[in-house]
Amino acid sequence: MYLKSLLLAVVFTAASIFSDAAMAKLRLFACEPEWAALASELSGDLLSITTATTAFQDVHFIEARPSLIAAVRNADLVFCTGAELEIGWLPLLLRQSGNSRVQENQTGYFLAAEQVGRIDVPEVLDRSMGDVHASGNPHVHLDPYRLLIIAEKFSQRLQLIDQDNKKVYQDNFTNFSLRWMAAIASWELKASPLKGKRAFIQHGHSKYLLNWLGIEIVADLEPKPGLPPGSTHLTHLLKINQKSPSDFIILAAYQSDKGARWLSGRQQLPVVILPYTVGGNEQARDIFSLYESTIELLLAEIK
Amino acid sequence: MQVRVIRFVIILSILAAPAFVFAQETGLGKITGNEFNPAISLILDGRYTDRDEGDLDLPGFQLGGEAGLSQHGFSSGHNELVMSANIDDKFYGQMTTAIVEDEGETIFELEEVFIETLGLGNGFTLKGGKFFSGIGYLNTIHDHAHDFVDRPLVYDALMGGHLSDTGVQVKWVAPTDFYLSFGVELLSGNTYPGGENDENNKGKSVFVKTGGDWSNSSSWLLGASFYETEFHVREAGGHAHGHAAASDVDNELLDGKVDIAGIDFVYKWAPDGNSKNKNFKFQAEYFVRNESGDAEFIEGSGAAEAFYDGKQKGFYTQAVYQFMPAWRAGVRYDLLQADNTISNFVDNGIDEDEFLEESALGAEDDPKKYSVMLDYSPTHFSRIRLQFSQLETGYDETIDMFTLQYVMSLGSHGAHTF
Repeated sequence: MYLKSLLLAVVFTAASIFSDAAMAKLRLFACEPEWAALASELSGDLLSITTATTAFQDVHFIEARPSLIAAVRNADLVFCTGAELEIGWLPLLLRQSGNSRVQENQTGYFLAAEQVGRIDVPEVLDRSMGDVHASGNPHVHLDPYRLLIIAEKFSQRLQLIDQDNKKVYQDNFTNFSLRWMAAIASWELKASPLKGKRAFIQHGHSKYLLNWLGIEIVADLEPKPGLPPGSTHLTHLLKINQKSPSDFIILAAYQSDKGARWLSGRQQLPVVILPYTVGGNEQARDIFSLYESTIELLLAEIK
Repeated sequence: MQVRVIRFVIILSILAAPAFVFAQETGLGKITGNEFNPAISLILDGRYTDRDEGDLDLPGFQLGGEAGLSQHGFSSGHNELVMSANIDDKFYGQMTTAIVEDEGETIFELEEVFIETLGLGNGFTLKGGKFFSGIGYLNTIHDHAHDFVDRPLVYDALMGGHLSDTGVQVKWVAPTDFYLSFGVELLSGNTYPGGENDENNKGKSVFVKTGGDWSNSSSWLLGASFYETEFHVREAGGHAHGHAAASDVDNELLDGKVDIAGIDFVYKWAPDGNSKNKNFKFQAEYFVRNESGDAEFIEGSGAAEAFYDGKQKGFYTQAVYQFMPAWRAGVRYDLLQADNTISNFVDNGIDEDEFLEESALGAEDDPKKYSVMLDYSPTHFSRIRLQFSQLETGYDETIDMFTLQYVMSLGSHGAHTF
C-alpha cells in the first residue's frame, strides 16, 4: 500500500523531470528582488528567475519554507547577498536541497557582497552589540558603483555557466554598463542638492546609498543593530535633534514606522519611506527606477 | 662536531628568516586557526515549576525514553551543546548533546551525532549516525526550539519524547515546482518504542512531505510517515504508584513488534511574509501506534504474563501567535486514546486487575492536556516563557503545572527548519 503510492509518486516526478528538461532554460534562485532585477538586465530572457523574498520582508528573518527548498533544489544558479544577511535560512536551504550545482564554492553559488569591499566590518564581535554582521554591512546594492562591479562579476559567472550564450551575456553587460554609467552621472547631478543633508536612519540598510549621495548619518533609530527603537533611545535622539536638526528620517518599505512616526510627530521631521529594493513602491519596478524613485523621494523632502 | 652543529644552526636560521618575515606580513598578528573550528552553540534551559504531585502515568501506555514531567521547584532543564560544520565540500557533520541534571546526577546524553552529504545531486541527501528520525513534524526539532515548555503528550507517550535512533537515512527532494520529498530510514530499532533486538537493524521508516505557499503571507507543510520495528525485549517503566523500590519491579514486553503511522500539518502566516513583528503558526499531528508481544510483569515474588495487543492513538493541535515584536502567546490541546487487548492471562501471584494497572497496559479514561503559554524573546537568542498546563492522566487525577522557563542560545546559532 505504502510502496504502491511511493512508486506512483516516483513515476510521476520522473515524468516531470523529462518535461522540464525539454525547456532547458537556466534556472536562477535570487534571494532578493534587487538581484533578480539585475539578473534580468544581464540575461534578457535567458533565465527563469525565482525570487525568494519581496521588498516588504525583512530578509534577516525569512523562514526556510518548503517552496524555497523546492526552488533551490531546481536551481542552476543561486544569486544572494551573502555577508551573513541570509544566514538564518540560506545555509539550510542549500543543505536540504540536495542540489550539487549551487553549494558553496560551486559555480552555481554567487554572493554579491563578496564581490566588493564592505563598510562597517566590526573589529570585535559580541552579541551584546546586537545583530552585527561579522562580514560588515551587507546592503551593498544601494551603491551604484559597487552594483556595477557586482554586475560585471555576475555576467562573467553567467558566461561561465552558460557558454552557448556567452556573446549575449557580454553584449547585455556592455549595454547595461553604458546605460548604468550614464544613469549614475544624471543621478549625481540631480541629487547634488542632497549633499550635506542630515538623516536619521533605522538600521544600516541605506548607509551605502547615503555615503554615495553625501548625506550625513546623524544616528540610528535602532539602539543596536536589529533591535527595535525603544522609548529611551528615541528620547535621546529627540535631544540630539533639538540641538542640531536633521532633514529627514529614512526607513525602508519593509520596516515598521512606529518609532520614526513618534519622533517625526514631535519634531516636524519628515519620514521618507524608501523602496529599499525593487518592488518597494510602485515606481521601483527595476534596478534603474529603484534608484530614480529613491532620489526623487529624498529630493521631495528638501524642497 | 660542535662547529658543524653551530654552522647547521646558523644555516637554519638564515633559511628561516625570510619565512619569518613573510609570516609577519601576511599573518597581521591574527591567530587564524579558529576559523576552521566547528560552529558551537550552547543552549541554556532553566526552569521553576510549581505543580501537583504525581508522575507522568498514562493508563494504557507503557512509557519509555525521556517521557516525564518537569521536576517540581527549580531545575536546570534540558541544556544542549551543539557543534556543527561542513566537514569538506561533500559532508556536513553535527553533534548535539544534552546535559541534564537528574536527582543530583549530571547526565550527558548524545541526542544526535550524524554526518550528512552536502549537495549529493539530483535532490538526494544521505545521512548516517544517530539522529532524530524524519517522521512527524516535531520529531526532528530539538526541544529548545519547541513552542511549549514540554513536548506534546503524543510524543512522550508513543515515542518516548523523540524517536531517536542510529542508522541511515536517504532523502530525496523531487524536481517539482512545489515541495515534495521522500525519506527512507533503516535504524537499529533498539530505542523506544522499539527494544533490544539481536540484529540491531530492525527499525524502518518512510516519510513523505509536501508543502508550498498559499500567498506571500502564508505557507504550509504536510507530512505522512510510518515506522516499524521488532524487538526481543522492551523494558517499560510501568505505573509506579507509591512503590518505594522500583527496582523490585520488572515490567517488560517480549518478542514484540510495533508500528507507528502519522500525519502532520503546519501552517504559518505573517503579514506580507514579514515574520519579525507579527506571525501566526498552527500545527497538528496525529499518530496511531500498533504493538503486540508477550507482556511479563514481576513484582517481588509475584508475577503475571499475558499476550498483549494494543492500539493507541493520539493527537495534539496548537496555535502560537506573535502579536507584537518579541511577544508570543500560544495554546495547545493534547488527547490520547488506548485500546488494548489482553489474552492468555497467566496468574502467578498477581491477578489480572492488578497486572493491568501496574503494567500500565490497562486503559482507563483518555489522557488529556490543556496548555497555555506566553513568551518574550527580546532577540532570537533569548526567550523567557511562562506556561500553565493541566494534565488529566486518565486515572481520575488532575495535575496542574505552572512553569517559568528561560531558553538562551549562546554562540553561533544555526538556522531553524520551517
